[in-house]
Amino acid sequence: MWDYTEKVKDHFLNPRNVGEIEDADGAGEVGSLACGDALRLTFKLDENKRIKEVKFKTFGCASAIASSSALTEIVKGMTLEEAGKVTNQDIANYLGGLPVEKMHCSVMGREALETAIANYRGQKVAKEDFEIVCKCFGVTDKEIERAVRENDLKTVEQVTYYTKAGGGCGECHPKIEAIIEKVRKEMGREAPPIKPEKKKLTNIQKIKLIEETLGREIIPALKADGGDLDLIDVEGNKVFVALRGKCSFCPSSEFTLKQYVETKLREFVSDDIEVEEVKP
Amino acid sequence: MKTVYVDNNATTKVAPEVLEVMLPYFSEYYGNPSSMHFFGGQVQKKVDEARAKVADFLGADPSEIVFTSCGTESDNAAIFGTFDSYPEKRHFISTRVEHPAIGNVCTYLGRKGYRVTELSVDREGRLDLDELRESITDGTALVTIMYANNETGVIFPIEEIGEIVKAKGISFHTDAVQAAGKIPLNMKKSNIDMLSISGHKLHAPKGIGVLYIRKGAKFSPFMIGGHQEKGRRGGTENVPYIIGLGKACELAKKHLDEENTRIKVLRDYLEMKLLEKIPNTLVNGERLHRLPNTVSVSFEYVEGESILLLLSDLGICASSGSACTSGSLEPSHVLRAMGVPFTAAHGSIRFSLSIYNTKEEMDYIIEHLPPIIQRLRDISPFWKDYLKAQEKG
Repeated sequence: MWDYTEKVKDHFLNPRNVGEIEDADGAGEVGSLACGDALRLTFKLDENKRIKEVKFKTFGCASAIASSSALTEIVKGMTLEEAGKVTNQDIANYLGGLPVEKMHCSVMGREALETAIANYRGQKVAKEDFEIVCKCFGVTDKEIERAVRENDLKTVEQVTYYTKAGGGCGECHPKIEAIIEKVRKEMGREAPPIKPEKKKLTNIQKIKLIEETLGREIIPALKADGGDLDLIDVEGNKVFVALRGKCSFCPSSEFTLKQYVETKLREFVSDDIEVEEVKP
Repeated sequence: MKTVYVDNNATTKVAPEVLEVMLPYFSEYYGNPSSMHFFGGQVQKKVDEARAKVADFLGADPSEIVFTSCGTESDNAAIFGTFDSYPEKRHFISTRVEHPAIGNVCTYLGRKGYRVTELSVDREGRLDLDELRESITDGTALVTIMYANNETGVIFPIEEIGEIVKAKGISFHTDAVQAAGKIPLNMKKSNIDMLSISGHKLHAPKGIGVLYIRKGAKFSPFMIGGHQEKGRRGGTENVPYIIGLGKACELAKKHLDEENTRIKVLRDYLEMKLLEKIPNTLVNGERLHRLPNTVSVSFEYVEGESILLLLSDLGICASSGSACTSGSLEPSHVLRAMGVPFTAAHGSIRFSLSIYNTKEEMDYIIEHLPPIIQRLRDISPFWKDYLKAQEKG
């Protein structure tokens, strides 16, 4: 059972501002039936351009309903400029916190609000220059970047909790990892990984380093695609590996080996490494 | 607040009779059944009696009963124990709707280079036996197909499947965790080589399971250790739990008729009333070949976790195939495999009854669930859209 705060339970059992404003000034909808949650937000402004009335309709779990209810309470009386600055953390904080797996509910609230404000202003939410990273849940790179930046996210799992991206088939995990790395570099939170200096290695050192590099840089990515790889032998600069799982019958395995495995091993172990596949 | 427990496919209450027979084996008779002295020997006798009761319940010989720690261990032992016996064979067949104790083992072995065929099901949750026939190859070591589905209660034609599989000389395992105690099982008249059951689904405690292994079936131990269970499962016997399970199986045999009459009537009553009182409600899975205690219903345009929490607020304990309840983001793999539309998959609720349920409890659910669904539909943006679309025709 989820560990919801009393405030979440209260807003779920007694949601505030449920409904739809018929002649709304702004309206926004995010999510879908397929995704498992959706939020339709409508608001009306007063003469001072402050949010006079705001209503929501939500399809989703308890924390989605509570987040929507909290959002409407937070933005009531705000100007659109003020409302535009409300973050998903503000929503979560208002509720006394959400289970980390449910943070995407607060993100949905923030997105609906933005969509509704843009609708009022006659704009479309900037959707240019984006790429759908997670095909299962239709999450874009921009959305992931923003969630990483605003919530200081470090792992793919966290990104899934906040945006749902990567929560389906898992195919996009390497892409999400790349986005996290990029954004965190931009934020100055993490120095780029230090590459080990290449020096003359003994055979044992070389094999150990190859194993380490395979384990850290290569196998996790293959596994994300349902594949795997075993180190069979090392002779001089030749590394013999066997592809397992999906990789073993993947038509692009040759490409994987040369372009990916060999490149990484050359980067981390030695410039003259050649990778060869051992067929079972 | 009263508790109405209708989540018996998740776990069941330990029967008072079961608890009673277990208790002396914690405090008084704590001997190790393998010991040479009388103190262990008297315990060994009780373990033998329990084994005989389990065997009687399954229509098996006592020597074919192996006690394990749970249903998951039984499933794992069946699969790994078979592959160990057929090192030259690297293919096996299962279904897309198995419990994770099988499903995740399939995924694991798939990654290890084994070839897995996961049979699909239709919209009603039924298998296509031609697909099974076509999937069998010379390299197939094992077919493992659940007896009855935990979410929908749909029963697979296990005996027919057994005939197909045995005609090819392949090992056949079935996860009967949900079937045991709800429908008759008789290994004497069956083609099943291995069958898993779990104690806590039939009023024994959590932490005890059984793997039935037919005499002569090829099997290598999964848990390697002492000579216990005739070398098929190492580890000192979990004596009190084994004795409890023996009693539970004796009771389950006695109650089988009640399961299929009184409980089935209660389930049908609940199902009928919910369909009658709540519009846009569907039953998941075929209704004919179904466990007598289980119903999975979907309420369109609302989400399962919200329903469960509002039910829970009234003391009603059920479960859901919705994404939000599982901690994952996608609705249950069973409903997805069946192609249940998203409008319904997220709003699925499973009620699973036991002999401890009453008609009053069903009436309590029937009284309180319709307003809960209405309340959530009033909050849901899609319900109004749906009603508008209906008006337009």
